[in-house]
Amino acid sequence: MPKLKVDGIEVEVPAGATVLQACEFAGKEIPRFCYHERLSIAGNCRMCLVEVSPGPPKPQASCALPAMDNQEIRTDSDMVRQARHGVMEFLLINHPLDCPICDQGGECDLQDQAMGYGHHSSRFAENKRAVEDKDMGPLIKTVMTRCIHCTRCVRFSTEVAGVNELGALGRGETMEITTYLEKALASELSGNVIDLCPVGALTSGPYAFVSRPWELTRTETVDVMDAVGSSIRVDTRGSDVLRVLPRTHEEVNEEWISDKTRFACDGLKRQRLDRPYLRREGRLVPVDWQEAFDAIAERLTGLAGERIAAVVGDQCDVESMFALKQLMTALGSPHLECRQDGARLDPSARAGYLFNTTIAGIESADAILLAGTNPRREAPVLNARIRKRWLAGGLEIGLVGQHHDLSYPYRHLGDTPDVLSRILEGEHAFAEVLRRAGSPMLVLGMAALAREDGAAVHALGRSIAETFGMVREGWNGFNVLHTAASRVGALDVGFVPRAGGRDLAGIIGGMADGSLNLLWLLGADEIASDLPGDTFVVYQGHHGDRGAHRADVILPGAAYTEKDGLYVNTEGRVQAGIQAAFPPGQAREDWRIIRALSERLGHRLEYDSLGDLRRALVAAHPVFAALDRPRPAEWLPFGTGGPVDTTPFGSAIANFYMTDPISRCSAVMAECTEVFGIGEAA
Amino acid sequence: MELIRSGRALLLSELVSGLYLTLKYFFRRKVTINYPYEKGPLSPRFRGEHALRRYPNGEERCIACKLCEAICPAQAITIEAEPRADGSRRTTRYDIDMTKCIYCGFCEEACPVDAIVEGPNFEFATETREELFYNKDRLLANGDRWEEQIARNLASDAPYR
Repeated sequence: MPKLKVDGIEVEVPAGATVLQACEFAGKEIPRFCYHERLSIAGNCRMCLVEVSPGPPKPQASCALPAMDNQEIRTDSDMVRQARHGVMEFLLINHPLDCPICDQGGECDLQDQAMGYGHHSSRFAENKRAVEDKDMGPLIKTVMTRCIHCTRCVRFSTEVAGVNELGALGRGETMEITTYLEKALASELSGNVIDLCPVGALTSGPYAFVSRPWELTRTETVDVMDAVGSSIRVDTRGSDVLRVLPRTHEEVNEEWISDKTRFACDGLKRQRLDRPYLRREGRLVPVDWQEAFDAIAERLTGLAGERIAAVVGDQCDVESMFALKQLMTALGSPHLECRQDGARLDPSARAGYLFNTTIAGIESADAILLAGTNPRREAPVLNARIRKRWLAGGLEIGLVGQHHDLSYPYRHLGDTPDVLSRILEGEHAFAEVLRRAGSPMLVLGMAALAREDGAAVHALGRSIAETFGMVREGWNGFNVLHTAASRVGALDVGFVPRAGGRDLAGIIGGMADGSLNLLWLLGADEIASDLPGDTFVVYQGHHGDRGAHRADVILPGAAYTEKDGLYVNTEGRVQAGIQAAFPPGQAREDWRIIRALSERLGHRLEYDSLGDLRRALVAAHPVFAALDRPRPAEWLPFGTGGPVDTTPFGSAIANFYMTDPISRCSAVMAECTEVFGIGEAA
Repeated sequence: MELIRSGRALLLSELVSGLYLTLKYFFRRKVTINYPYEKGPLSPRFRGEHALRRYPNGEERCIACKLCEAICPAQAITIEAEPRADGSRRTTRYDIDMTKCIYCGFCEEACPVDAIVEGPNFEFATETREELFYNKDRLLANGDRWEEQIARNLASDAPYR
């Protein structure tokens, strides 16, 4: 723990800290361009110069200088100020100063720091350098003349994203950042270079020239595009969501988000359901709320509870699922289902469907067995965490399932579940790896569970976890990686078949043979195309997607940016989403729709406000009381033992860029599918 | 004192001096002008009706930087922008609510490319309120109409900027 003085303030910093970090501990702001906490140190922008004694009588780059005992740092001396002025003058020599047409204007590090260290006018009379723009795909717009060669983007793509596609060619004035082959940056995390770029060289393509930072209203909420629940900031102007940016959350997404999270927001403006519809003579006609409710009430009159079923989708908030469950219970229906993909998840034990290790916990693991999952496509931010752990060294990774480029090397053990049985019995070489490991992890993906023998694979996973010491005091290495943001929340509120209820296959079968007469889809689009028969389908959701096409009554709901709601991520972390915009037209928050209909049906739900609803929710399920603090779940038996078959694990997500109604309606995601295909570079 | 004041009142001296002043101006040159047939001189810095200018090659100057929108104290300006087909940054909408505008000239000061200017025209009264909600076409048409004089005014004021 070195002790040093910064401008006369004594600070003690952790061993290995840099002088720049020491200055921050002392509350001194050091200007910087190339230094970034989560990337390796480059030391090439020279903006962070400070005066250090003892040392050579010249300013030194504080980001690359280790803090040592008895150092005295000056951050405000004349020498430092002059040196920084000089560095800024050199940076601005080749910078075009086209701030008025630059999208970074207003949130630009160079602009801000030029206010502090820039000269009033340029002494450079020669011609400025000009650089040809590079093609980095539809997401990233480049204006390479603005580049100041901090190499943050290069370091991000090689270190965090794990794609060696960005680099610098040439030296000195002729240095250029390039993708070498002029091809799109094939990474699910590529959008993060936009945030990292301290100038306007890399800016968002879809957001180009749309707005200025000072016009935007910021709302801090959480993402529902995957089950990670990344912390995001939604920027709106009026009722339009213009962009989505990451927020720092050390335990979940650090400060990265996936491209789907960032760029799918244009789907929120397309294909929206903005008023109720009713099917009359085979056509959906716009009606008002009263007519829609009347049509549902008419259908429900005299209908036995056993003939009603409800399925919730992948992006629902907990409150609306809880309200729908209460309404269905009041109507006497036992057929509730949340596992749209048919995953054989056992809801009885919470530890059986959580990512128990937690995302931050990955960094303590020393062996990971992935089964039936492709984390790079299902949860890119979580995959980046595995890569971070792999970079630190001493991590063995094995994969059972489809072979993909996961951005780190792993042993491909096979693609059938019987490989897992062989590992369990110790007949497989990877069993030795797990046995030797101090903190081993098993990650079961949806591709391993959403199949006929899913329950057996689930039980097999439990046996592996128990056999290889993955479950012990202070460590739980059994993990389920979900693909749906609402899944854990739905399992927590118990949106699963009650006694005598049917599961997903049973519900679809019941519709085919006519034993079910009414199906309620709450944002459930994935199963709509499988629905046979002439069942009356009520679709409550926000997009005119597959579910709405099949529906007989459409109740327009709110998307995740348009309502306050709780979401539970794959770790079991309860997070609150905050309303950023208003639902379009006559659309309403989903729980309000259910509450209003319950009154019409004569089964009035006992809450009138979101606060009342949350109180009822917490009273029924105490797990929702603690926001953002995942509690370790109790280890109880789950899964049904049995033989596993030999069909290979498939893929849980067919196309990374289009997984839900919002991203399917997004033009940007459609363009990405065209350029990048279905996900990671094959 | 009382006596002096009574004497002045008796001799009507205030009345006489007042009438003398009137008579003096009666023979002076008139300051009123026969508007609208005659007009007074205008400073090159006069802040009248807004106009959006073009470059001599016909390209519109405005680059949608939105600085005028940001600085406008009356929030009279509304801009929307998107990349034009050739990739350049241009407005798709540039509205000024002339009923909100307080003619402070900040938009002109903020503009980095001298696109939005307040020209010398002050005769733009309308019969309806709606006619004062200017859109981009109207502003560009103003620019085309007044360009010669606006350019002269800007040139004459340039040494002092």
